[in-house]
Amino acid sequence: MSGRDPRPATSVPAVAASPVSDDELRELAGKQAALGEVRGAPAPDPVNEPMIRHWLAAMGDANPAYLDKGLAPPAMAQVWTMQAPRPGARDRSPVDDLLAALDAGGYTGVVATNCEQTYHRYARLGERLTPATRFTDLAGPKRTALGVGYFATWNVTWYGDGDEPVAEMLFRVLKFRPREGTREDRPPYPLQPAVNQDTAFFWEGAKSGELRIQTCADCGRLRHPPGALCPRCRSSRLTYTVASGLGTLYSYVVHHHPPVPGRETPFVVGVVELPEGVRIVGNVVDCPPGQVEIGMALRVTYRPMDDRLVLPMWAPEEP
Amino acid sequence: MSRTSAAIAGIGATEFSKKSGRSELRLAAEAVLSALDDAGLSPGDVDGLVTFTQDANQEIAVARETGIGELTFFSRVDYGGGAACATVAHAAMAVATGMARTVVCYRAFNERSGRRFGQPNARLSGEPTSQGLEMSWHVPFGLMTPAAWVAMFAQRYLHVHGATSEDFGRVAVAMRRHAATNPAAWFYQRPITLEEHQASRWIVEPLHLLDCCQESDGAVALVVTSAEHARDLRRSPAVITAAAQGAGADQMMMTSYYRDDMTGLPEMSVVGRRLWEQSGLAPQDIRTAILYDHFTPFVLTQLEELGFCGRGEAPEFLKDGGIELDGRLPVNPHGGQLGEAYIHGMNGIAEAVRQIRGTAANQLTGVTNVLVTAGTGVPTSGLILSAG
Repeated sequence: MSGRDPRPATSVPAVAASPVSDDELRELAGKQAALGEVRGAPAPDPVNEPMIRHWLAAMGDANPAYLDKGLAPPAMAQVWTMQAPRPGARDRSPVDDLLAALDAGGYTGVVATNCEQTYHRYARLGERLTPATRFTDLAGPKRTALGVGYFATWNVTWYGDGDEPVAEMLFRVLKFRPREGTREDRPPYPLQPAVNQDTAFFWEGAKSGELRIQTCADCGRLRHPPGALCPRCRSSRLTYTVASGLGTLYSYVVHHHPPVPGRETPFVVGVVELPEGVRIVGNVVDCPPGQVEIGMALRVTYRPMDDRLVLPMWAPEEP
Repeated sequence: MSRTSAAIAGIGATEFSKKSGRSELRLAAEAVLSALDDAGLSPGDVDGLVTFTQDANQEIAVARETGIGELTFFSRVDYGGGAACATVAHAAMAVATGMARTVVCYRAFNERSGRRFGQPNARLSGEPTSQGLEMSWHVPFGLMTPAAWVAMFAQRYLHVHGATSEDFGRVAVAMRRHAATNPAAWFYQRPITLEEHQASRWIVEPLHLLDCCQESDGAVALVVTSAEHARDLRRSPAVITAAAQGAGADQMMMTSYYRDDMTGLPEMSVVGRRLWEQSGLAPQDIRTAILYDHFTPFVLTQLEELGFCGRGEAPEFLKDGGIELDGRLPVNPHGGQLGEAYIHGMNGIAEAVRQIRGTAANQLTGVTNVLVTAGTGVPTSGLILSAG
């Protein structure tokens, strides 16, 4: 098990998550890291011949040296202490609480991204290994190809007889918030924008997680929605500024009726005022409609609607 | 526009229904012929036709069906219901310049049984026209119905002026009260209470169902000719004292959310200023106003933009029956589009003509000048019609 994050993750604004907030996750991560190394239960079975034989056969490893010398292949380290998938029988480590909290926060997807093992010596037949887990880091939220999520990292050390380390492993997973309807058979989102030479930069920006505001290269005026020329100085040299992603709700509606294609009602649409001095329309998400109010602080979040379209939306800014 | 250059000499309409059972072209032809009969003119007298860009019936098709013959002037006005009064303005200009002698303005649709404007249409943002691009900043977020576009302004109005949904509701109650005694109204004999307004379901918060006008099938036509000619015809003329179109700075079709303020209707301010300038009249000279009421909140905004009350004062103006028949400014004595029918504002112009003639179902006394407005939230238009 080894791999790298398929795409470099970049830092993104916090996405409000109920019932567990991003702040609560960070706080829990700090607590778990402060626990330091926590010993687990010793392996239920000692290092034994039948398991080594099965493993070698499964891996297609014909090297006779292991069984001849009574040594376990080093990559089997995890095998000896792996817990049976029986509910309620788990030996809890500092990682479990954090993973549960991530699930509760909506980061229910999981993919292993790193597994780095260090071998100190071979484990010997008859030896009973004991794992010890140290939670080291929670990084995020990050936007990744899979969705917004956290990278959780921990270290496991296996101790053998005489309390000496046999192997160590750094393990990292990405716990991500599955995108709405990431199923492969998701139909195309029906409410596509028309895009032309004057507006393409905005939609491309949304895809790469940038809120781009048209900016006149000559007089510096910011303008949204963007146009074809600078109405102040007539310049056609138009570029864009990447907005901070912060905003304040200026007005909003809660749409109930009639049904809108591609949407579930009720949903909230707002006019958001940006500190950069322009207004923009977008959905207010991660907030019950009854709690939306003019003046609330918002932060942009990016929602893929289908394979083509990412819409910038707005979530409550955590205080 | 000179005070006596043109007048409305005839009005005609079909019945207002939810299912006309007839083609839109037939509705248009029926209304045009009815207006000509009312004026005492024949189709051969007509040399101009004006309608809405949105109308499905081309001028030449209406001319063919009604036997109008040759046309020397034909024109369309854009921006949905904002076109209503502008059709009369264009006709009056044609008459004033000699492009045509007698022009008929018409609007015909099966808006309830055919294509309903309140239904989401994903094609609104489909094409990279200027309007499609404008819609593209809104439609992808599901902001795509007229009620939703208006609700965005209404929410801001409530916030800034400390108004409530009941303030909007008073408009609906007044319109339904007027319609209750107008036999031509769909909601004839069906008034509502403020409690019923408050209890009606949400369409787009802060708009309840009863903040939204009905959807109608039907047609209205108006005959415009010179005031001098009109005086020789069957009916007493409604003189076009002032006629104006207006678009504000940074105007969008219905989503002008990017201007400094969202509590006003700058395009209606443009229209209002022009109407007062042209007519030399002031708000106190207006006996009754026909204010476009597709959604209740913009009736409040119009009262403010036209100078009938100050900014943020409309909720107070509406209280105690302020816009009802015996109020300080009776608005929409026919029941408006909330109560009579939604014919894109054209039925309101017909009501203004009836009030001047003295033939309205809810006839007011002493009507000399009537102000009429067209669609709100869009580039719009307005008229002042006068006895004479």
